[in-house]
Amino acid sequence: MCVALPGKILSIDGQMAKADFSGNVVNVNTGLIEPKVGDYVLVHAGCAIEIMAEDKAQELIDLFNEIDELERA
Amino acid sequence: MEIREIIDYLKAYDGPQIKLMEVCGTHTAAIFKNGIRSLISPKIKLISGPGCPVCVTPTAYIDKCAEYAMAENTELLTYGDMMKVPGTHGSLSDLKGDGAKVTLMYSPFEAVEKAEAHPDITYAVAAVGFETTAPSYALMIDEASKRGLTNIRLVTALKTVMPALKWICDNQPDIDGFICPGHVSVITGCEQYRYIADNYHKPMVVCGFEAEHILAVIYELVRQIERGEAKVVNLYKNAVRWEGNVKAQDILRKCFESGEAMWRGLGAIPDSGLYLTGEYAKYDGGSKGLVKDMKLPEGCSCGSVIIGKINPDECPMFGKACTPMDPYGPCMVSAEGACGIWYRNR
Ligand code: SF4
Repeated sequence: MCVALPGKILSIDGQMAKADFSGNVVNVNTGLIEPKVGDYVLVHAGCAIEIMAEDKAQELIDLFNEIDELERA
Repeated sequence: MEIREIIDYLKAYDGPQIKLMEVCGTHTAAIFKNGIRSLISPKIKLISGPGCPVCVTPTAYIDKCAEYAMAENTELLTYGDMMKVPGTHGSLSDLKGDGAKVTLMYSPFEAVEKAEAHPDITYAVAAVGFETTAPSYALMIDEASKRGLTNIRLVTALKTVMPALKWICDNQPDIDGFICPGHVSVITGCEQYRYIADNYHKPMVVCGFEAEHILAVIYELVRQIERGEAKVVNLYKNAVRWEGNVKAQDILRKCFESGEAMWRGLGAIPDSGLYLTGEYAKYDGGSKGLVKDMKLPEGCSCGSVIIGKINPDECPMFGKACTPMDPYGPCMVSAEGACGIWYRNR
């Protein structure tokens, strides 16, 4: 129910945008964020709820670095 | 730190038994999909929490939706998950067979388009969900109000997670730490969890849905428990800001006020429901006071499942009298319900 999926913003028209989900282009409402074309956004129930950092590999590196830091704290 | 080291650590863990609750059904599904239980020590128990808004929806709510679906010149819009939840006179799916007007929606914004196109029909929208979902309903109602539409009603069973977490800490105190719901936290931010960390001394860690995220969150929780700490940590930084989505929080505050809500299996929890307020109250479809609930069917242990007292496969009905094809209790009904997820991943 609370699943949100990342899509890439293709175009923006007022509060609506077209986003690409692995080839499926879907209309999403962007009233909760201010995305730019090319941004990755997390979409839930037709609504973009957050802009995401797009580099997944980097994200996991950061994640494990963070764990190291928490261990040292 | 490497993922290998984390897995080795969690596999070798041999301290006192640790019980961690994943609050969100999407985490439960990801834990199964990635076979996480087989990667960690049996001394670390992962418990599925109340994180399926459909499963906790009471009978009175289904009955209210059914009333709209059966009324003249009225149509009910709902997500597919709600169709099979039992009400007093059967599920919405059963009633549809008897002529009830129930239409599946993919996004609440469809209601605005429909209401504008068909001014003679009232569209009742079954708004079920947690903080992840509530802002899209708020935006939709705000849009309906801007367009001056009068033929939309929101039947809200929108709920907030914090009151349920407090309820669990009060009633099931042996949970040692929480995997906080990732997409709820996108909206709410992380600060709210400090209340549980400080008052109940439970570590609260926010994480995403990849295998690495889940192993990292378990590791962080276990390490905090071993050190006797109870901190709030955000391990989902590419989606969750500490302060959350402030714009979404603002529109939630503008459209909704909190009040008592009924959770199937738990009972009524004060301040855990969201109800339309102020200029938006006229769109309320009679959501308040829906506290009546059918007793859980005889033998169904959903009440114990959603607070983590037992795992679904410890229920005597599981996989026998109760399957997703023929659900007996609410936790088997929805794709995100703990029993349904466990069943499909047996
Ligand atoms: S297996 Fe079925 S009957 Fe048992 S707790 Fe789950 S939903 Fe209820």
